Amino acid sequence: MKFDKPATDNPIDRLQVVGQPRDRIDGARKVTGTARYAYEHHDVAANQAYGYVVGAGIAKGRIASIKLDAARKAPGVLAIVTAKEAGKLNKGKRNTARLLAGPEIEHYHQAVALVVAESFEQARAAASLVEIAYAPTKGTFDLKKVKDSGKKPEGDDPSLDDTNVGDFPGAFESAQVKLDQSYTTPDESHAMMEPHATLAAWEGERLTLWTSNQMVAWGVADMAATLGISKDNIRIMSPFIGGGFGGKLFLRSDVLLAALGARAAKRPVKVALQRPLMINNTTHRPATIQRIRIGATREGKITAIGHESWSGDLPGGGPEVAVQQTRLLYAGANRMTAMRLVELDLPEGNAMRAPGEAPGLMALEIAMDEMAEKLSLDPIAFRMLNDTQVDPEKPERPFSMRQLGECFRVGAERFGWSRRQARPGTMRDGHGLIGFGVAAAFRNNIVMKSGARVSLDSQGIVTVETDMTDIGTGSYTIIGQTAAEMLGVDLYKVVVRLGDSAFPVSAGSGGQWGGNSATAGVYAACVKLREAVAQKLGINSGEAVFEGGDVKAGNRSLPLASAAASGPLTAEDTIEYGDLDETHQQSTFGAHFVEVSVDTATAETRIRRMLAVCAAGRILNPKTARSQVIGAMTMGAGAALMEELAVDKRRGFFVNHDLAGYEVPVHADIPHQDVIFLDETDPMSSPMKAKGVGELGICGVGAAIANAIYNATGVRVRDYPITLDKLIRHMPDAA
Amino acid sequence: MNRRDLIAAAGACAALPSMVGAARGQPVPIGEPVRASVSFRVNGAGHHLELDTRTTLLDALREHLKLTGTKKGCDHGQCGACTVLVDGQRINSCLTLAVMNQGSEVTTIEGLGSVDNLHPMQAAFVKHDGFQCGYCTPGQICSAVAVLDEIKAGIPSHVSADLEGAMAVSEAELRERMSGNICRCGAYSNIVEAMTDVAGRQG
Ligand code: FES
Ligand code: FES
Repeated sequence: MKFDKPATDNPIDRLQVVGQPRDRIDGARKVTGTARYAYEHHDVAANQAYGYVVGAGIAKGRIASIKLDAARKAPGVLAIVTAKEAGKLNKGKRNTARLLAGPEIEHYHQAVALVVAESFEQARAAASLVEIAYAPTKGTFDLKKVKDSGKKPEGDDPSLDDTNVGDFPGAFESAQVKLDQSYTTPDESHAMMEPHATLAAWEGERLTLWTSNQMVAWGVADMAATLGISKDNIRIMSPFIGGGFGGKLFLRSDVLLAALGARAAKRPVKVALQRPLMINNTTHRPATIQRIRIGATREGKITAIGHESWSGDLPGGGPEVAVQQTRLLYAGANRMTAMRLVELDLPEGNAMRAPGEAPGLMALEIAMDEMAEKLSLDPIAFRMLNDTQVDPEKPERPFSMRQLGECFRVGAERFGWSRRQARPGTMRDGHGLIGFGVAAAFRNNIVMKSGARVSLDSQGIVTVETDMTDIGTGSYTIIGQTAAEMLGVDLYKVVVRLGDSAFPVSAGSGGQWGGNSATAGVYAACVKLREAVAQKLGINSGEAVFEGGDVKAGNRSLPLASAAASGPLTAEDTIEYGDLDETHQQSTFGAHFVEVSVDTATAETRIRRMLAVCAAGRILNPKTARSQVIGAMTMGAGAALMEELAVDKRRGFFVNHDLAGYEVPVHADIPHQDVIFLDETDPMSSPMKAKGVGELGICGVGAAIANAIYNATGVRVRDYPITLDKLIRHMPDAA
Repeated sequence: MNRRDLIAAAGACAALPSMVGAARGQPVPIGEPVRASVSFRVNGAGHHLELDTRTTLLDALREHLKLTGTKKGCDHGQCGACTVLVDGQRINSCLTLAVMNQGSEVTTIEGLGSVDNLHPMQAAFVKHDGFQCGYCTPGQICSAVAVLDEIKAGIPSHVSADLEGAMAVSEAELRERMSGNICRCGAYSNIVEAMTDVAGRQG
């Protein structure tokens, strides 16, 4: 199905099942421990052996020698794989660094060997006997130090280009009120709870992989490319994924090593990346240095807005696209953005939940707060003065829908924003200085081609198959709801099967495109199935109403199941998109409100309240969508207050590479969270009229916390995370 | 290996403290694994296992008894995903060797309830959407069940105002006591609601 005209009325609009806060259909399996994750498929292949990964002990250089004798002789060892043993390997197109290093080492903890043994304990013990001598070479690890060597990112992706509209330098120079500030965000880790894990089994030429991957088709393609085998010989199954956040978008070393280990040991092999290896072995969100300049009239109209960002990555990698939102969020005739990329020899930087906008808004939305203060304007009023309904770079291009103002209005009322004191340090409760903070949330809506297969059997059971993944997002449930709505059956009549490369290729889970695109693909397949059903029943498909398990037309009513009486009916289709996302800017919007308390003696920040108001198209399931938003707000709270990969600038690695050292929010850090979804349907996005919501919640929330801390203390911290050591020396007199 | 070898090996390690996986001087050869037998009950059923003594309770459950409901998030006591109940008390099963649990009664997520017969805490997690990816969930639920028992038993926490007497099932108490169970999906707000719901019904 081609979606190239705005959606009109369709069966989804009935909202009998879609749009309802249904419990997750996979919920009972998850709470009983019967949902199987990648490392847990004990019964799918006999005689599974265990792999243990050895990571490089230097950041850059070469392996001078590698001695495997002792490890080979260790009890239980079946095989050892190194680059030498593996022979020629290519690199998948989405990987920057190789997944198995040697002799060249590109980053610390890059995998250099896999030891396969009868048991996990034996593999681990033998791995410690692998003896490697390195010849290190000098690497570059300090973004700040080499910032000025940054180059314009290469490639033909126009979103990497510098942008210039009007006369930014002139307008900024002559602006009545100006801000010119720098902000930094650190390297961050996805730190999903399930480590990357894979079980690999060969049957002749055919390789089956049970893994944990957000993008099944990308995994197949990159695995085929890496091994130099045909895609047809690879099957990936990823039915449950214990969190991804972008860290499982791409093929990682667990997949490749399990496959190579299984080939060497001639047995199925499973590999889970050891937690202390994960952070340096896999990808992370790169640190940024950002400079923001805003010029405005005395009344608060922005006349010039500029955003530059510097970040680093391995040679061949890309920048953190932190300036993206600044091109679209606020009006202003004169504007510029630019990104500069430096080469660093740290582990590979790549997408983490809301790449670009998450760190970009952490900076921009502090800058807006600072500017509002300079103008003596309320921070919401300042933002509303510069709201826009059109793409500020191309005023002829409207937003498909933009309710940013309504988000702020509704949020301000619910939160009690009017109680905020503009002067910092004036609200107190016991030992705490109280502050309110606000920030805009903004994230683009991306549409992706997505396919599905739907079938109906004689019992009236509808089965949906697509390689779409559920990374905690609720895909199982919203896909089930979509099929139930389209075919007029109860949700429990729908079976949803996901994450298998044998199924039609879907949008996959990433960039908050999954929910809208994958359900739209299911919608398309269901339209076809409805036609097949109508034809079978001798009903004009244009008149047919699917409802209550029946198909009705005029005064006729037949059970849906009867269409499959003589055999199951199956339909497959793919939703493809025209240019509605070019003629209209499709984005999602929100407003974050936060109340903090900062201890007058210790400068410890506690979040007391959090509210997000979101306008993100039709909400397909308010219960699971709300969970997406609160989860993202939680991750944003981590980014604001604690998350930071500490770089060892001499040896070139992230020092705090486990869950003890890399702090993420825990229960005690997070208060009750409120989420309000504005009533919205966006006919430009898809027949579902939905947009993404999984990343919107992390966008801006960090700055809302930073602004609340400023409001509480009068201390403006521009380098995340805002830990107490950055506050304590500047805290107002406790008296 | 004699004492002098041990000191030499330790010295070699000390010289290169941060060279993880790197050359460590002379590697110490490993002998055949030491095996031992252990008996304990899991979810009411008796088990007798012959195990490599290095096997954690977590791996005994997951890899030997195929009870994969208990999750491995870190293997180092940092995340709580592996939480089970041993003799009624919650414990990180990655931090205890299986052979240390001779004669214990272990309850895992599979022992609390099943898909068709959910434990009230499991049902409350579904109702309040106290999870997303589900990977931390068995650990959260085992902890949650134990936390309510701990409060009932009057065991104080860091945030308890009073070390003696009855403890309240307040949000602050729940959050404090659950803080060893990380949820990267960030379902905390909903988990506390699920627990409060169950605690209310328990009365
Ligand atoms: S796996 Fe035991 S605490 Fe993380
Ligand atoms: S539900 Fe994913 S980590 Fe808690």
